Amino acid sequence: MSLATALARAFLWAFLLALAALVLYPLIWMALNGFRDNAAIFDAPFGLPDRWSWTYYRQAWEATRGFLASSLLVTAVSTVTTVTISAWTAYGLTRTPMPGQPLWVAFILGGMMLSPSVALVPLVRLLQGLGIYDTQGALILLYTAFRVPFTTFLIRAYMLDLPRDLDEAATMDGASPGTIFWRIILPLCSPILISCVLLHILFAWNEYLFAMIFTNSPGVQTLPVGLSSMLSKQGTNYASLFAAMTISALPIVILFFLTQRYFIRGLTEGIGK
Amino acid sequence: MTTRPLDPGATSRRVIRDLWRLRWVALALGLVGGFVYWPIFDNFRVSLTHQDIFTGETTSAGFENYQRLAEDPVILTALGNNLLYAVVSVLFQVFGAFLLAAIIEGLGQARQRAILRAVYFIPSAISTTVTGLLFYFIYQPGLGLLDGVLQGLGLGAWSRVWLGDPATAIHAIIAMSQWQGFGYSALLFSVAIQKIPAELYDAARMDGAGPLRQIWSITLPMTREMTGMMIIITVTGAFQVFNEIMVMTGGGPNNATQVLGTWLYEQGFTQNDMGYAAAIGSLIFAVTMVCGLAQLALNARRRVG
Repeated sequence: MSLATALARAFLWAFLLALAALVLYPLIWMALNGFRDNAAIFDAPFGLPDRWSWTYYRQAWEATRGFLASSLLVTAVSTVTTVTISAWTAYGLTRTPMPGQPLWVAFILGGMMLSPSVALVPLVRLLQGLGIYDTQGALILLYTAFRVPFTTFLIRAYMLDLPRDLDEAATMDGASPGTIFWRIILPLCSPILISCVLLHILFAWNEYLFAMIFTNSPGVQTLPVGLSSMLSKQGTNYASLFAAMTISALPIVILFFLTQRYFIRGLTEGIGK
Repeated sequence: MTTRPLDPGATSRRVIRDLWRLRWVALALGLVGGFVYWPIFDNFRVSLTHQDIFTGETTSAGFENYQRLAEDPVILTALGNNLLYAVVSVLFQVFGAFLLAAIIEGLGQARQRAILRAVYFIPSAISTTVTGLLFYFIYQPGLGLLDGVLQGLGLGAWSRVWLGDPATAIHAIIAMSQWQGFGYSALLFSVAIQKIPAELYDAARMDGAGPLRQIWSITLPMTREMTGMMIIITVTGAFQVFNEIMVMTGGGPNNATQVLGTWLYEQGFTQNDMGYAAAIGSLIFAVTMVCGLAQLALNARRRVG
């Protein structure tokens, strides 16, 4: 390796590491500020906590518990409904005879192109008409409806690549389409189903637009909305706000690290092969 | 015309069978039709009216809301901000991320590369509410990190109320957005680069091509499709941006950071003018439709080519 190449490599490595620090430092700062009182934060923005007090994390936990429970409920239920309905739909679209099939494919996948913000005004009245305005049910319904197109798209692409002999053999043995779906195709799709579950969790846990507009009660609001309202309510108690932000971000970051492989598969399939 | 089997029983049996076959898609069609498509149509209807969500009064407005849209100076600010968002994001999250991915994939061992990719991705996994709040504090004079860094560099004089100054607020928000998003696209580019056959690079090296030459003549053309998709997705995202602005400035100061989404929210849900908000919605719809059609065209070309 020539000296010039070695220098170039060293320079690039320094750049990559500096970038990593730029990404990580604000996040670490956020987590550490959950340990420091206002005076300490103002005195030395860069300082380490001089004593590790869990007071603010405990405060934040008390303040966010309700939002956390709501987020968990909405995320869990809408993940199950979205992935189940999408898998069911994808199976029908790829492996059963159906009149007008190309039309339905275009209709359902076309939903991916529509922006949620355009739907806001009509959805207010629609949800009020259904009597579910300001309920977790409204969020579950919307998260499912708006994510079925993308999730169906991912599962459908996977099912198209599965060999047909399996279902043909099962049909020959007298299995109904329902049995083939639940017993044969669904288990075979588990890699993409896991990716879909993860991507939906990521979406539902972080969603803000619908949650902010369609829920008002503290018992219904999810974490992202709860956090932004904490800014106005406890605007001066910075430490517990930082702690609440950390509590809200941590589960999804841990989930990402544990399941990276599936996350990445879902992301790359989503953008086209 | 002449012979048609006159068996109503057979026809209705076939209709019933066909309907039964649709059971696989019925639920998805109902959900997507009712909550994704129908609101779009309803939005156009609402945009032609004046209405008050609380009193329920609705009066026909013709195209008045659209006329107002054309004359509203904040719409121009918003469009400009969305456009700036799009341009900066394409620079950083498409071309920057491409270069970054090319650098990562050309250095080190698989393990080091995986760690770097994962670290860069972390902000994309965190909600924009959290990152928005975090940068709201980072930009605060006095307690924020940014002022601390500037003072450390002896540039204390540059310090200002980043989010409170109409000249800097939108740039500060866009900068946060790049911090959050570049790792996501770098990850996607990394995966695309890994799929390029190694023989291409071996051959290029044999011909004496240096690293830059290899990126330009092999990596870039071999990831062209991904680049095209990323540009469209990034631009579409830039015209739908909402969360970070809502959290960090709410569109202020003095409407300097309004984008189409926040202006729709302000008009519909703060000023209570649903008709005008719906007209803004139509504008967002038109822009995202153009992006969507571009994506379809790119996909079609890819399938043919």
